[in-house]
Amino acid sequence: MMRIFFQKYGFLLVIWLPVGWLSLFFMLPLIEMINVSFSEARRAVPPYNPAFQIGEKGISFQPVFDNYLLIYDYWGDYLWPAVNSIRLAFFSTVWCLFFAYPMAWWIARSKKPLQHILLVLVLMPFWTSSLLRMYALIGLLNPNGVINDFLLWAGIIVTPIQMMQTDFSIYSGMLLTYLPLMILPLYASLVRLDNALLEAAADLGAKNWDIFRTIILPLSLPGVIAGCLLVFIPAVGEFVIPALLGGPEQLMLGKVIWTEFFRNRDWPVAAAIAIILIAIIILPVVYARYQDKEGLS
Amino acid sequence: MRRNVPFLVKLLAIIGFGILYVPVIMMMIYSFNKSKLVSVWAGFSTKWYKELWTDDILITALYKSVLIGISSATISTIFGLLIAIAFVRFASFRGRLFLSLVASAPLVMPEAVTGLSMLLLFIAMEASFGWPSGRGIDTIMIAHATFGMCFAAVVIQTRLRDMDKSLEEAARDLGGRQPFVFLSITFPLILPSIIAAWLLSFTLSFDDLVIASFVSGPGSSTLPIVIFSKIRLGVSPEINAVATLMILSISAFVILGSLLVLRRDGKK
Repeated sequence: MMRIFFQKYGFLLVIWLPVGWLSLFFMLPLIEMINVSFSEARRAVPPYNPAFQIGEKGISFQPVFDNYLLIYDYWGDYLWPAVNSIRLAFFSTVWCLFFAYPMAWWIARSKKPLQHILLVLVLMPFWTSSLLRMYALIGLLNPNGVINDFLLWAGIIVTPIQMMQTDFSIYSGMLLTYLPLMILPLYASLVRLDNALLEAAADLGAKNWDIFRTIILPLSLPGVIAGCLLVFIPAVGEFVIPALLGGPEQLMLGKVIWTEFFRNRDWPVAAAIAIILIAIIILPVVYARYQDKEGLS
Repeated sequence: MRRNVPFLVKLLAIIGFGILYVPVIMMMIYSFNKSKLVSVWAGFSTKWYKELWTDDILITALYKSVLIGISSATISTIFGLLIAIAFVRFASFRGRLFLSLVASAPLVMPEAVTGLSMLLLFIAMEASFGWPSGRGIDTIMIAHATFGMCFAAVVIQTRLRDMDKSLEEAARDLGGRQPFVFLSITFPLILPSIIAAWLLSFTLSFDDLVIASFVSGPGSSTLPIVIFSKIRLGVSPEINAVATLMILSISAFVILGSLLVLRRDGKK
């Protein structure tokens, strides 16, 4: 009996259990969030009047666009952080590439025991909490932190340098968090590089720089693109880094959602900002999926 | 060139590793500082570690985090395995596109958006039919299991795809029934990836601050939530000690795991 049941329905169970779970706890929440973003804010519990509701009076649907209009009217408070998120995420990606490329190169070119050790060293931060590593960074960058103390003690500076709550602290945090994500795809494409190509080029008299420009860089380009997408997409929506390391000049959308929700208790506006954040990442995400499909075929 | 790496490349690489490790190592050193002032070194002491064991808030938060981590990682791994099987073994089925969409979108969704949307759903559900009544450990567990299963699916899928299919086919040809073939042939072969998926889901859940903050209720603060509220008050040797313990224990797991993988690869 059990066996027949499994043979007949096991197939369906394997598919519909995860489909059911993810529809209920991932799709439905997004739909509800869209609903809330078109709802009217009010002073009650919960603090909004649902746009779409099924009540005693039947189904009603009355969307209001106030939240999006509010975001537009107060663009300095909402759209400026959106631009800021893109700017900070973009330059963080560039910085990650700047350091990750040499790291990936070195790992790809080193011999076996060292290569494994370096790979574990890259992976280890990826497994440990970003929150704790950001905290460790604060200890370094604070006005009375390790770097300033050292520079003061050495007599290089007279007053502490302001490093916290600047673009510099955001980039440091992003580097600390996302370097491994950039290194892994770069490593994967550099390690496949055929040595014979490089030797042939060198034998024919190419200089190191020419070899890099004409062979290594073009062949590692898929890794560069994959790494940039892997860093940029989560960096745009980052909350912990701007919250702990950034000041008012480094406001990002992830933090704005948090503030609107927890401090201002304006849920519809928080939902509308979340929709804008999704709109920002959707282009790179679609591009990443398209790239992925190309790579497989 | 072949193997030698230009000096400039090596220098930048070493600076890169420095960025990854110097902050954490400095923090670990200062966790043994006797002074309450964070940056003034006043001698070696382990008193901050001793104080941790008397901090009830931290201990209960740790207990909750571990409980949520274990249960959500288990759900994640089971569902991740189902998703992986569906994608690798069933060539086409109705809803494949939908499943591939909902199983990959959580990987790229900003945490603040996931957390907010889930909370809004939980509240709407509570208003409609009374479940979940309030938010607490169970809602955090559901939220963590939801994004954890997508990561678990990726890990298991890779292994399942690379696996030698002929072993399964041979077992079926010899008359083995599907569930039996799966349990005795497939499962042991993909076990390393299942363990890796579980560990990944566990650490994702254990480290998560943003989603947990949205879907937690009063009295269900996890360890990252407690640490975050302490960090906002400033740097303290006590947090240095907690962070050091957490990072060291996770690192020990990672090193152990990579040693196991290396040994397995060495045997091949």
